[in-house]
Amino acid sequence: MIMKLRNILQLVALTAVGFSITGCHKGLQKTTPLPGWAQKAPDDSDRLKPMDPGLRTAAPVSPDGLIPMGDRNLHDWKPSAEQPFKTDTVYFEFDKATIKSTETQKLDSIANRMKQNYRSKGLRIEGHCDERGTEEYNRSLGERRAGAIREYLVRAGVDYSLIDTISYGEDRPSVPGHNEAAWSKNRRGEFVLLDPPR
Amino acid sequence: MKSRFALPITVVAALLLTALRLCSATEEDIGSLHRIRDLFPQPIPVSISGFTGEVDGILKNDLLFMGMANVAASEAKYLISGSNSGRVEGRVVRKFDKQEMFAKAYTGSSQRLLTHALADDVAKTLGLVPIAQTKIAFKVETGPSVGEIYIADYDGHNPQPVTADRALISAPCWGGRSTLYYASYKLGRLSVFSHQLNSGARRALVKGPGSTMSPAASPDGRKVAFIWNKGGSPNLYVCDADGGNVMQLSRNRDAESSPCWSPDGRTICYVSRERGPANLFTVSASGGGKRRLETTGAANTTEPSWSPDGKWIAFTTQRGNFELCLVPAQGGNAITLVAGEDPTWAPNSRAIVFCKGPDHAKTLSLLDVPTKHVKDIARILESNSQPSWAP
Repeated sequence: MIMKLRNILQLVALTAVGFSITGCHKGLQKTTPLPGWAQKAPDDSDRLKPMDPGLRTAAPVSPDGLIPMGDRNLHDWKPSAEQPFKTDTVYFEFDKATIKSTETQKLDSIANRMKQNYRSKGLRIEGHCDERGTEEYNRSLGERRAGAIREYLVRAGVDYSLIDTISYGEDRPSVPGHNEAAWSKNRRGEFVLLDPPR
Repeated sequence: MKSRFALPITVVAALLLTALRLCSATEEDIGSLHRIRDLFPQPIPVSISGFTGEVDGILKNDLLFMGMANVAASEAKYLISGSNSGRVEGRVVRKFDKQEMFAKAYTGSSQRLLTHALADDVAKTLGLVPIAQTKIAFKVETGPSVGEIYIADYDGHNPQPVTADRALISAPCWGGRSTLYYASYKLGRLSVFSHQLNSGARRALVKGPGSTMSPAASPDGRKVAFIWNKGGSPNLYVCDADGGNVMQLSRNRDAESSPCWSPDGRTICYVSRERGPANLFTVSASGGGKRRLETTGAANTTEPSWSPDGKWIAFTTQRGNFELCLVPAQGGNAITLVAGEDPTWAPNSRAIVFCKGPDHAKTLSLLDVPTKHVKDIARILESNSQPSWAP
């Protein structure tokens, strides 16, 4: 598997070098580059290397471990008739966006089912917060929670370009109430299986 | 040896404790009110007479939030008199030499709008910044998980919806006087829109994957700071008003939110969880120079708003409940104002509009910062929050 990936990377790199040489040559002969346009390609060798040995799909992980959003427009995808992850809601500590050890079993199970049963489907992770904290702070914290779940699932082998995130901040509590019992149920990540558009 | 030191140490400790208590009592109870009055221009003592009913109420409210105090004629520096039978008339007389500085009659609109026009002219006559005819935008929850953006006069009157999205919506912000930015879930994702109020035309601010939120237009309206999770975490970005020249200003694994601009457009203040709980940071709008803003005495700081005169950053702190605070723009000791959240400065760097109350039943209020005078604005529908004061 690793050998294969290396071969592919080498091929990609060679093709890129070849293309850039011919590209440059043509550019010099025939066109005048616009100012600021004819930039050298940035050093993106980090992006080409798989950073995490546990990573089975070629997600472009940044050096700080962040996984960029894919280019597919998953927001156009519709929720599937079947919603197998309804009981797998993941919960968070107050003001935290790290995955608790109690929640990893659910995430491993989701990753396995995504890989085995739903390879062509998408997954939307919805991040939520309890009502404490200010509105935009919570909107951002909910996004980070969904992002943390997404990173876990990608490391567990789910295709990064098939996972979308959305934050509802404190706008959609699952349990009404103004106490820890309600808050602990509202700091959560939920999962929606998505069908590609037809 | 031990016993020789025991007594002095106890005495010193006791003295220190007393001193600390005295300090904190002065800071919080008595001192802050006087201190904050001293940090702003003193209200100009005026005497208002001759107006009746609604006009009288509107005029007094306008003049208060522009920095005038309505006192007895004997204590006033300026006499403001007029009438409102039919048209609205007003004049300003300087008391010590009885010099008439201003006199004008107003017709052609509602008495409310005519009164705001008079109030602004009075403010200009006395060298104050007029705000009586400015607008605010805010979020209105119209039902569970549904909201619209509204605009209204600064005092909450003449409210009108500017969206009909029937979706979650958030964080309205003015870019000049005729453009609004806000984030809407209308398209099934969270996207910042730029909305031209004159035509109603709007479009997504940037193209690309992920969610965009918390827009903040630069004071000259040419740039927009916002939060984008494109790179895998909600980080701070800036782009041109047309969505071009996108630049990432912060890059880390932690959630960032609520950018706002310095009035010279050079610096952005925002919230980051980079060092544990929420803290305020500043960064150059062209990238680099990031530093934490000291807000001594206030933790869990969010929702910064930079005063248009550049001197202050107002923000929300969480000490059990939400409280509004001020800190000098370069950082320092936090000055507590009143209970509430999400402050936004008026163009006169004196008044603030903010919100308070329980989630899904919030109301907007006006605050005259130096006097801590608060006036509540009548609530529209379910809940009103996230105010933004037009320039």
